[in-house]
Amino acid sequence: MTALLETRGVWQRFGGLVANSDVSISVGRGEIVGLIGPNGAGKSTLFNLIAGVLPPTQGSIWFDGEDVTRLPAAERCQRGVGRTFQVVKSFETMTVIDNVIVGALVRNTVMREARRKAHEVLEFTGLAARADVLASDLVPAEKRRLEVARALATEPKLLLLDEVLTGLTPTEAQTGVALVRKVRDAGITVLMVEHVMEIVMPLVDRAIVLDLGKVLVEGKPADVVRDPKVIKAYLGDRHAVGA
Amino acid sequence: MDKRFAARRRRDLLIAAVLAGLAALAPLFVQDVYVQNILILTLMYAALSQSWNILSGYCGQISLGHALYFGIGAYATELLYTKFGVLPWFGMLAGGVIAAVIAMGLGYPFFRLRGHYFVIATIVIAEIGLLLFQNWEWAGAAMGITIPVRGDSWLKFQFLRSKLPYFYFALALCCVAWFVTWWLEDSKWGFWWRAVKDNPEAAESLGVVVFNSKMGAAAVSAFLVAIGGAFYAQFLAYIDPESVMGFQFSLLMALPAVLGGIGTLWGPVLGAAILIPMTELTRSYIGGSGRGVDLIVYGALIVAISLALPQGLVSLFSRSKAKGATR
Repeated sequence: MTALLETRGVWQRFGGLVANSDVSISVGRGEIVGLIGPNGAGKSTLFNLIAGVLPPTQGSIWFDGEDVTRLPAAERCQRGVGRTFQVVKSFETMTVIDNVIVGALVRNTVMREARRKAHEVLEFTGLAARADVLASDLVPAEKRRLEVARALATEPKLLLLDEVLTGLTPTEAQTGVALVRKVRDAGITVLMVEHVMEIVMPLVDRAIVLDLGKVLVEGKPADVVRDPKVIKAYLGDRHAVGA
Repeated sequence: MDKRFAARRRRDLLIAAVLAGLAALAPLFVQDVYVQNILILTLMYAALSQSWNILSGYCGQISLGHALYFGIGAYATELLYTKFGVLPWFGMLAGGVIAAVIAMGLGYPFFRLRGHYFVIATIVIAEIGLLLFQNWEWAGAAMGITIPVRGDSWLKFQFLRSKLPYFYFALALCCVAWFVTWWLEDSKWGFWWRAVKDNPEAAESLGVVVFNSKMGAAAVSAFLVAIGGAFYAQFLAYIDPESVMGFQFSLLMALPAVLGGIGTLWGPVLGAAILIPMTELTRSYIGGSGRGVDLIVYGALIVAISLALPQGLVSLFSRSKAKGATR
């Protein structure tokens, strides 16, 4: 079976800066894949290329067997790519339910059905009690969850999570982890960018480590954390020697 | 939750029907032509502001150039009538369509601009439109067009003896603009527009084609404003560039919505109901010889309200409602 998502030799240059160089990764159906790496590794750039915020300088991106390299973000959403934002981008003047309805409208043209779908998603993500609250009145952890809810309402095949667990309290993070598992159990493939290794590693099936814009290591989480190259990238040479 | 939402929608519709009914009875009690005139203008600006609100309030693309569409509606109607004998009713629709097409043509380059740059572009374009009409000989240039009025006729939409037909047309236009807004509010477009206003990038990620959403809002908004312009031209029976395309119209479309509550269903009507009578009254009582005192009072009120109630006057109502809901 072909992978759900594939990047083939993707390059992204911003002026003289090379953010991604020759990145080829693939994400299989039903997987939870973690995209990790130190600051400035090019995770967010790769993430935005996959979501369609901008086209890559070079290389191609394949989703569900189709070349989507030149498709804008809205069209990728219609094909089944859902995403969240690292810096939350709620529709602040709208209520929680209205935020989610915007997402639900991608696959439901009748308002009543979009509304029903949105309620369903709020139940799923545990935000049902906050449905009529303005998005601007949510606490940060709830805003993160709203990002996920909105993306889920678009009924994606692939959900891209950009640091949804970062900056949460341990309890909130555990709730988040449970939600990601639930999403996968609902048949949605997950690609998540994360910083916090100890939360991500038990969650993901496979980890891809980026460093300096390149794929450094890829494999099972347990192997990846022990890989000297990874330790070196995160902590510097001194620590790598012992490993 | 949905029940409450549906109930609110029905309540809005009911209130609108009652208000429209009451307004329709107003001429029974108001025989004074001067007051009737104020009522007509109030209804017209309520309709215009409601239409402006679709693009600028809901979709968040602040336009201070809507005088252009107003003028296009007026000119299309009168040029078609005086030059080709086309009845104003058809001219009105033609004006609406032309304005919508021009709005989309202008949107094509300008919707790439954001925030202040977009606002500036709208002002500049409207000024260019004004200059073009001032120099367009065939369209009467700065002299304008006088509409030949030969007695009362619904067919030609002109009335000498009574202002009441104009009053009812303005009321109907106001109802239409309100109803269109009401209907759009709970539609795919309405949700898309609000999403685009709040965060275009997030909207795009949720499958909203931001550019098309803006184009749609611009077309609907310009169409309705042009109908208002056509009405105004018939009402005055004389048009020149300054009196149908001047910058003040752009302001008078924006201010009621801002005052009443931008991006809200009731804001424009509420704002117009307060602002337009006040404009007319201050002009006739303290304007005139003083030249400008009326504008000072007017400006002061707007500043005061924007400071005290930045969400507009409707926030007074929603605030008490929110309190009631938590209780």
